[in-house]
Amino acid sequence: MRARQSRQRASQGGLRGRTGDTTVAAPTQAGGRPGRTLAILGLLTLALMVWTFWPGQQHTPKLGLDLRGGTQVILTPTSATGGGAITDDQLKQTVEIIRQRVDGFGVAEAEVTTQGSGSSATIVVSIPGATNEKVLETLSTTAKLDFRPVITVDYGSQAVTPTQSPSPSASGWSTASPSPSASASAGSGSASPSPSASASASGQGAPVPNADSASPSPSASASGSASPSPSASASGGVTTAEGGLPPIQSPKNDAAFQKAFTDIDCSETGALKGGPTDPKLYLATCSVDGGLKYLLDPAAVEGTEISSASATLAQQGVGWEVQLSFTPEGAQQFAEVTGKLAQQPSPQNQFAITLDGLVQSSPYVSSAILGGNATISGSFTAEEAKALANVLKYGSLPVSLEVSQVEQLSPTLGEDQLRAGILAGALGLLLVVLWLLFYYRALGLVATASLVVAALWTYCLLVVLGRTIGYTLSLAGVAGAIVAIGITADSFVVYFERLRDELRDGRTYRQAGDIGWVRARRTILAADFVSMLAAVVLYFLSVGSVRGFAFTLGLTTLVDVLVAFAFTRPLVAVLLRTKAMTSGKMWTGLSPDHVGGKMLERATGSVVVPDDDAPAPRQTLAAARAAARDAEKEI
Amino acid sequence: MSRLGTIAHQLYSGEVSYDFVGKRRRWYAVSAVFLVLALVGLLGRGLNTGIEFQGGSEFVVPNTTATVEQARTSAEAAGLTDPVVTQVGGDTIRIQSTPLTPAESAEVTAQLADDLGVPSSTIGVQLVGPSWGADITQRALQGLVAFLVLVTIFLAFYFEWRLAVAALIALLHDLLITIGIYALTGFEVTPATVIGVLTILGFSLYDTVVVFDKVKENTRGITASNRVTYSEAANLALNQTLVRSINTSIVALLPVAAILIIGVGLLGAGTLKDLSLALFIGTAAGTYSSIFIATPVAAQLQERRPEMKALAARVAARRSGQEGRARRKGSSSAGATTTLVADEIGDGAEHGTIAEQMSGTAAPVQSGPRAQPKRNQTRSQRKKR
Repeated sequence: MRARQSRQRASQGGLRGRTGDTTVAAPTQAGGRPGRTLAILGLLTLALMVWTFWPGQQHTPKLGLDLRGGTQVILTPTSATGGGAITDDQLKQTVEIIRQRVDGFGVAEAEVTTQGSGSSATIVVSIPGATNEKVLETLSTTAKLDFRPVITVDYGSQAVTPTQSPSPSASGWSTASPSPSASASAGSGSASPSPSASASASGQGAPVPNADSASPSPSASASGSASPSPSASASGGVTTAEGGLPPIQSPKNDAAFQKAFTDIDCSETGALKGGPTDPKLYLATCSVDGGLKYLLDPAAVEGTEISSASATLAQQGVGWEVQLSFTPEGAQQFAEVTGKLAQQPSPQNQFAITLDGLVQSSPYVSSAILGGNATISGSFTAEEAKALANVLKYGSLPVSLEVSQVEQLSPTLGEDQLRAGILAGALGLLLVVLWLLFYYRALGLVATASLVVAALWTYCLLVVLGRTIGYTLSLAGVAGAIVAIGITADSFVVYFERLRDELRDGRTYRQAGDIGWVRARRTILAADFVSMLAAVVLYFLSVGSVRGFAFTLGLTTLVDVLVAFAFTRPLVAVLLRTKAMTSGKMWTGLSPDHVGGKMLERATGSVVVPDDDAPAPRQTLAAARAAARDAEKEI
Repeated sequence: MSRLGTIAHQLYSGEVSYDFVGKRRRWYAVSAVFLVLALVGLLGRGLNTGIEFQGGSEFVVPNTTATVEQARTSAEAAGLTDPVVTQVGGDTIRIQSTPLTPAESAEVTAQLADDLGVPSSTIGVQLVGPSWGADITQRALQGLVAFLVLVTIFLAFYFEWRLAVAALIALLHDLLITIGIYALTGFEVTPATVIGVLTILGFSLYDTVVVFDKVKENTRGITASNRVTYSEAANLALNQTLVRSINTSIVALLPVAAILIIGVGLLGAGTLKDLSLALFIGTAAGTYSSIFIATPVAAQLQERRPEMKALAARVAARRSGQEGRARRKGSSSAGATTTLVADEIGDGAEHGTIAEQMSGTAAPVQSGPRAQPKRNQTRSQRKKR
């Protein structure tokens, strides 16, 4: 009996010996105010729920296409010029073009996003609902930037005052400052340099800004006038993208083409989606904002001949301008075409900058621009100038897109998958709860409550993230969340087992709860850190469904830490202060019978003595000495 | 329940103990057999990769009453080369073929819808470019390598490099076995499988971290005494966390099993099945390796350290000395051993029960209920008082 007492004391001492001063302090803090921690978590949860279920908002997570049907296309961009990584700006420009194409089709809720960067970047286009094959076809085509002499500009329904009007174009690119040269050159073909536009940085020539200021002259379009028409193809007819929508191309500027041009309605759905164009053909199209309609010559200079473009502050006048330089060959072509254009009446003294078949800007030219450097001016704002510079710079270095993956899923199949995912989640949760209840009894209830809190947080966060950062939940994401049930429950298992270990060592319930937590906490954090690491690495180094999975895995790992620290732990601390939970009854999961060890010895008042060993040798010298020493000290 | 509790307790106290570390060769051999099989499968048969890796087209026709034969005829009529037609789930037919352009796939979809009597909008289509598979494989490998490097750094920092290496070996063991099973059985490898395999990384390590945390605790300051060797302390940790390991594994496997059941039963094939199958195999392997591979390897690596060698030598010397003395005293060998051991336990030995483990070297499997009275006071404990 004495030996047993001493052993018990020994292990009480061992408690201090093992945990050390630092860790002993911690549990008193952790276990100190469990009620307050729970209350704070309760308030936070309430706040999150209010945010999530605020009336008038969506109350379910944003579902991915594999759960509601639709088409997902993964495009891999490569530099069309061969070799070299794709810059972020280029990627942005490419996404912009794709977005324009998709939006042009009037597809609601289509999303264009990039994943990764540099050489590993991919573009993911998600189009919900039924599939439009035409959209798919246009997605992967390379956008082209061309300089095309203008044959005719049609201002459509816009009321236009000719010549003096400050740019009827709403395109915003080349908002024209009323320029004296514009009216002067009309009809006369004067080659006099325009004073307002001669401020080219290079000083080499008069680049000529200003746009769209010409009067509508449908008559001028007849016959294609003086433009060089290299196209010799006689066979080709008028090619249109679809249903008379621009861009429309033709090898000849003939009556049929004229008719097609006249029929274009730039306000029609799909008119502004743009599309691939052949630089050798005539082009009838709209301005990028749909305000104007153009009939254009074949390309005089192709965008690939641009060597650089940048937005700068205007050297004369106000606002910003765009400077661009050409390659030697481009410079020659540009000099040639501007020389010709400068002698034309308006609007034929303009050239249109077309990107992806849509006119971005159409500055006019008043003199030949030699030397390969030009400035486009016209009271741009900084943003407008930068946007145009980007178009010139990156539109000219087209990124070719390869369709890496197309996935079409019908809404029915998506629904099936969603149902299966939810069912699997429910079943998984049920199995885990049953196991926890079977093994841990009342503690299993704590674990179940913790899982419910974790599930609630995860759901709310998914809804909120769907609303705020547009996170979409895919099937892989659902699977990640289900798998996370196990990871979350693992944390509780680690804690509960620690708790029982401490009880076996003879601690009181409260001590065991506190010290067990300090030990378990470290393990939980280390293990969760590893999970988090996996999630982060997967998220940043992968594409498509893997990312969705990694995201939910990371999210649920964070929720796990939160719930373990702010819910499970304080709840256990509170319960271990109740009489019921510390009654040692079977249902608590903490009965001596269930836990064993010292607990059982204490409860039954007897040492569990295995049969064959005689008691004598167990009353060891050491124990006796220790007991004696203890006794001395206590006195 | 009380039986379970008793076993748990006996494992904890070391009364019931299996010498995982001491018998490592046996388990290494078991693993070696699996690994060789996995390698043979991998090199011999290779992996049955899905169209996502090879490039190709896939059409999924749900809710159809058509037979596989009808579907094949229709697919061939639509111009698909060598279509692979399979029935998945109850009423869904899957057709796989070579890569197509979106325009071609639209024609095939229309033809299939006509022939098989389903609306064309319900047919799921997947087109994968030929180079895409190589691309995502490369990314998955990049992710794998990046994760392994980072996690090794973390573990080396959190534990120490020998434990990190042991954890890494266990991890690679799990990965290889999982991939090997895929090769041997011919299960299809899809991106979802890759997700599953990558997730195994986290799972396998979770178990290993739990065990190593206990190993770390049990071996803190172990060299300060000459009571137990590193291997013995590690083995005790393993036994002490056995119930925990098994429980966390069960809890982790249950949701995975749920996904697998639902994925196979309800959908027949697809993301859920592929993901959970890989996870199931990997998690099972991870549980095995954290017990039979990670800790024994860690112990082996640690025993190579000079101070651990010295410790082992001191322990051995002490034991033979004790036995001699015990014999001289004429008392029962076991009793004497434990007695003296109990007296001398050092600061680092945190559980009195480690002492019991001592005799574990002589008799590794100690399943019989052993005497209780070896709860000891340590010097440090006495100091604290």
